[in-house]
Amino acid sequence: MPNPVPPFSLQSLRGKDVSFPSDRESLICFVKEDCPTCREIVPVLAALHSAFADTVDVHIIGQTSDGNRQLDDEFGPPFDLLDDSTLKVSYATQIDIVPTLYWNDANGQPRQTLTGFVRDEWQSLSQELAQATDTGDVKLDWEELPDWRPGCGSLSVDPLIADKLRAKAENSPLRARRIEIASQDDEVEFMFDQGFSDGLPLVPPTPERVVRMLSGTRRDPQEVIAVMPPNMGEVTVEKLAINAVMAGCKPDYMPVVLTVVEAICTDEYNIHGVMATTMGASPVVVVNGPIREQLGMNMKLGALGQGNRANATIGRAVRLAIRNLGGAKPGGTERSTLGNPMKFTMCFAEWEERNPWGPLHVEKGFKESDSVVSVFTMTSGPTLIVDQDSRTGAQLGGSMGLTLEAMFNPRAHMGTNCLLVVVPEHVDTFMRDNYSKADIRARIQEVTARPIRDLAADEISGVGFKPEAINAMDSDALARKLPKFRTEEDIHIVVAGSEAGKFSGAFHGWVTGEVGSIPVSRKIAELD
Amino acid sequence: MTTILDPTDEAVPVERSITARPAELAGAVAFLDISKPRGSVLIDRLQELLTAAHPGIKVNRYAKPTFAKPAPAELRAQILSENDFVVEALAD
Repeated sequence: MPNPVPPFSLQSLRGKDVSFPSDRESLICFVKEDCPTCREIVPVLAALHSAFADTVDVHIIGQTSDGNRQLDDEFGPPFDLLDDSTLKVSYATQIDIVPTLYWNDANGQPRQTLTGFVRDEWQSLSQELAQATDTGDVKLDWEELPDWRPGCGSLSVDPLIADKLRAKAENSPLRARRIEIASQDDEVEFMFDQGFSDGLPLVPPTPERVVRMLSGTRRDPQEVIAVMPPNMGEVTVEKLAINAVMAGCKPDYMPVVLTVVEAICTDEYNIHGVMATTMGASPVVVVNGPIREQLGMNMKLGALGQGNRANATIGRAVRLAIRNLGGAKPGGTERSTLGNPMKFTMCFAEWEERNPWGPLHVEKGFKESDSVVSVFTMTSGPTLIVDQDSRTGAQLGGSMGLTLEAMFNPRAHMGTNCLLVVVPEHVDTFMRDNYSKADIRARIQEVTARPIRDLAADEISGVGFKPEAINAMDSDALARKLPKFRTEEDIHIVVAGSEAGKFSGAFHGWVTGEVGSIPVSRKIAELD
Repeated sequence: MTTILDPTDEAVPVERSITARPAELAGAVAFLDISKPRGSVLIDRLQELLTAAHPGIKVNRYAKPTFAKPAPAELRAQILSENDFVVEALAD
């Protein structure tokens, strides 16, 4: 049996606020426009209204606003339909079926409840009501009506929305679809089967875990923080929390994950192109500011490798969101020829305290006390720059240039960018000569600058300026030197790694600029 | 039973892989009436046709308490333990 109808105040189609209960008895019927039985009994409801509206409250409650309008247009009934399109009243009554008819006493307690339409039941209810209220019989030819009609499922039990209604009623922050995994099923296997995984096992995102994850951010769980291509999926804080649970994050990581996703979903960053390219690009996340220490991120020994939960799971949560919310799956819109291990995760912190030049986020215009994420699109890395021999800044900068020139192809100049991760021992070599970041960049550009004639395609490699382009140039044009990078700003520099080892790392970029991906730095604003 | 929250944008329904289809019809067949009025009429007829075509099979009948809600876990477990096949009919 459904519950008694709870006290309500609903707006009618004609804009009246109608409250229940009053001090009168009442007839209340729940209907929905697309239910054939409901449509068929509109004349019955009209007759009941005409007979009893003077002595009892007659409320016909429709479950959609549009449906109410349609019923009114089509049937022109004497009653003014009430709007329960939020389904709050329908949900609270726990009705399964429309139509459901209540005859309530003056206190709002049900005297009779009928579901569906069974003619005899409705007729006897109307006769009893007529007797009780001392009104004449309902003007209706009952014999013209069908014996019975089963009714339809109430919109409030529609599986697509019932969970959301329940969550609202229980004041839960969760709105995501609930998936029930049978006890005979292995939940980890189930999640693999559903395609949620990057290939590694996932932590099941139970409601309890997701609520815990949401405690890590002050932001509203239903805030849409981004629309993520290629599927243009809406990324809510809740959805991101679900993916963060699966990735293995702690709640404290949420502000970082949220900000990274906001950053990659900007037009400049262009996550759509980054995912779709056959080149195998992926976001590389660098974290700066006090949050690094608060989360225990690794910026020292092995910073770019495995073993640190924050580094590993923040990057993984972002990648899972790209897969599950953006819909970028290998073979679908993700078209990488070879793939790339960074597509599992790539996130690390800068060792700012070991950086004599000032950290990345300060260079990008943020305050040192800000916590900031920076996202770069990289196709490979970290590749090693092995130099245990140089003793001057110029030599070491030269080594870096020579190594970086091989990116894509030594003859491919002016087309990409890089993220250089300078290790402490190399920092010390640079600082012996007070070499600045600008000096390093200038040195890389200097040693990689080649005359165009040396960048021509030939029998060794087809990459480079094509013969028709070379033939069209005069000797001055052929002598013009092109450095590896279009501008010095395409050389991004951070410091990380252990105190021992003269092996810096370089991430190789993708297409830069408007047609490709522009690095984005974003402050984690909610930490203020 | 474990409940998890959907990590996707919910653009597509959650899909379960279908159990491999047996090569022949033998053993016990469950007919589940979902308790939608007159659904039993359809099930009766199906049962009649199926038993005529496959006299060797055993038929078990079940009913859900209400069509509006999923079958209770105990009922699902019972159907699973007693049958090799399930026929579940909607009727409107």
